[in-house]
Amino acid sequence: MDEFLQQVLSGIAAGGIYASLALALVLIYNAMGLVNFAQGEMAMFIGGIVIQRIVIRPVERAPVLTLVIVTLGLATLINGLAGFFFGYLPRSFPSPFSVQTVDILGAAASWQDLGVMAVSGVVLVLVFFMLQRTSVGLAMRAAAHNPEASRLLGIRVSWMLALGWGLASAVGAVSGIMVAPILYLEPNMMQTVIIYAFAAAVLGGIESPLGAVIGGLIVGVTVNLAGTYLPGVGGDLQLAVAFAIIIAVLVIRPNGLLGRRAMRRA
Amino acid sequence: MRFVGRAPRRYWLIALGVIVFAGLPTQVTSFQSLEWAEVLIFAIVIMGLNLLIGYSGQISLGHGAFMAVGAYTTAILVHRYHVEYLVTIPIAGLLTGLVGFFLGIPALRLSPLYLALATFALAVITPSLIKRPENLTQGTQGILLPPQQPPDWASSTFAAVTGGPAMTSDQWLYYLCFIAAIILFWVAWNVVRRRPGRALMAIRDGEVAAAASGVNVAGYKTLAFGLSAFYAGVAGALYALATGFVSPDTFPVSLSFQLLVGAVIGGLGSIAGPLFGGIFTFWLPIISSQFVQTQDWIPDQVASVFKNAGPAVTYGALLILIMIFAPNGLAGLILSAYARLRSRLRGVGERTSGQLPPDPQTV
Repeated sequence: MDEFLQQVLSGIAAGGIYASLALALVLIYNAMGLVNFAQGEMAMFIGGIVIQRIVIRPVERAPVLTLVIVTLGLATLINGLAGFFFGYLPRSFPSPFSVQTVDILGAAASWQDLGVMAVSGVVLVLVFFMLQRTSVGLAMRAAAHNPEASRLLGIRVSWMLALGWGLASAVGAVSGIMVAPILYLEPNMMQTVIIYAFAAAVLGGIESPLGAVIGGLIVGVTVNLAGTYLPGVGGDLQLAVAFAIIIAVLVIRPNGLLGRRAMRRA
Repeated sequence: MRFVGRAPRRYWLIALGVIVFAGLPTQVTSFQSLEWAEVLIFAIVIMGLNLLIGYSGQISLGHGAFMAVGAYTTAILVHRYHVEYLVTIPIAGLLTGLVGFFLGIPALRLSPLYLALATFALAVITPSLIKRPENLTQGTQGILLPPQQPPDWASSTFAAVTGGPAMTSDQWLYYLCFIAAIILFWVAWNVVRRRPGRALMAIRDGEVAAAASGVNVAGYKTLAFGLSAFYAGVAGALYALATGFVSPDTFPVSLSFQLLVGAVIGGLGSIAGPLFGGIFTFWLPIISSQFVQTQDWIPDQVASVFKNAGPAVTYGALLILIMIFAPNGLAGLILSAYARLRSRLRGVGERTSGQLPPDPQTV
């Protein structure tokens, strides 16, 4: 029982990281109808606004296919640059939290896990507050929802999109910083994390910020428990569990837990 | 012989290309023919990707994984069950096609984004999935295949034509890839110019309009995905035979990326594009790393870092630049240059074709 609780706790900690990254994906999906494949890589550099202005702006009105390919190019480019500047050898990254454990209901939880949970929680609350309770957040939501009407009302839509990218990359960067002590710092570090974040976003409903958070926690706990208790899964097939979640959601409930029914436009 | 004179100019180009590639092994070393065999293998899988992305408007980031399915099918059948290797090539293609078909069904119900997500996840988990059934795939160790010797008729014909030594196994594999590439390019050419191709392009350019015109949207999309996976499976089988070795590390995520870059740079929605894409995908990493190594003025440390990071940086930058400035790739550039030249010479108006789909919301 203690071990079970412990696995749940560290699952929640991991889930917090996935939730942050999934939230970043949802922010950009809502702004542009696009899944940002460079999100994981962008977490290593905080430069979302600059990237949006230079790379995404020229293809803003292009078909989704073009955008997906551009973000993939971005992911590859940043990955290569990271390798170029920092080398491909994994580096350890000092954790801001102690690895000592504390006793909660008989389970040993590390300060690291608790710290990660706290940080993700604060980030998520901040983003919610900003989107729902500030005028900038309102403008951002309006620009994403109906660009033309927003422009008529004097909202600078293009800059709001850039701000969305900036916010998303900031949120993503927090998840990157938290993941680094766990995974070692290396250019491909985010590649596995982004799959979990995809699974979280799809599970929660790709357009729902709250869904991303819930999805992140569910994915974190499920993957951790499956790795511990399901025979044959172990450490290396945990990613396959995330893949199975993605496929299962697409088959059973394509809109995710909190997503609205997708409407198709001609 | 009158029809020869009347043949469209592109037929002459095709004939020229076929002759050049058929004669290639007689002009280069045996090892170089193997390199060009890999170029053709890349061209085949990129052709499959092009059918999917360029003609049906869906995206796959998992074609490296489909290649792995094909390669392991051939490797296991040859190594473990001693099946005749030529027979395994279509088997690998069909099996991979089935995998693609069934994987496509859930993802196709929604936007291309989900397909991209699902296939990307597949590409990431493939290496660890391969490692698992160890008695079948031999885990991280991989499977070693013996080189395939050419049949006597091919060997003696080759020796008679070149007047040199008999055909090596590398040269034989080149010709296998060459024949497979010709058949598969011919199939693709026919698919896109007939009913299925028109249906796919209609779906690409406006799904609702296509459905309203009576096109079975889901059916054709799944079919395109299966066909595309079939190409990747055949290419994977040939890859296993050509290199004689498959391991989980042969098919990393970056392979799927490379294939996508090749498809984009070669030119989406064109038949010649994948050939350029194959040449590019194979030679760019080699040339870029060799070029930097031979330049004396570049410090050793920078050169060694560039050897690792170079292809990734170049790939990423090229992908973005091509998408922004030349969305129809090399084939599109050549075509428009030719059209401009012709209009300059003859005063004929420019013809635009093979455009990427316009923004659905503006249609």
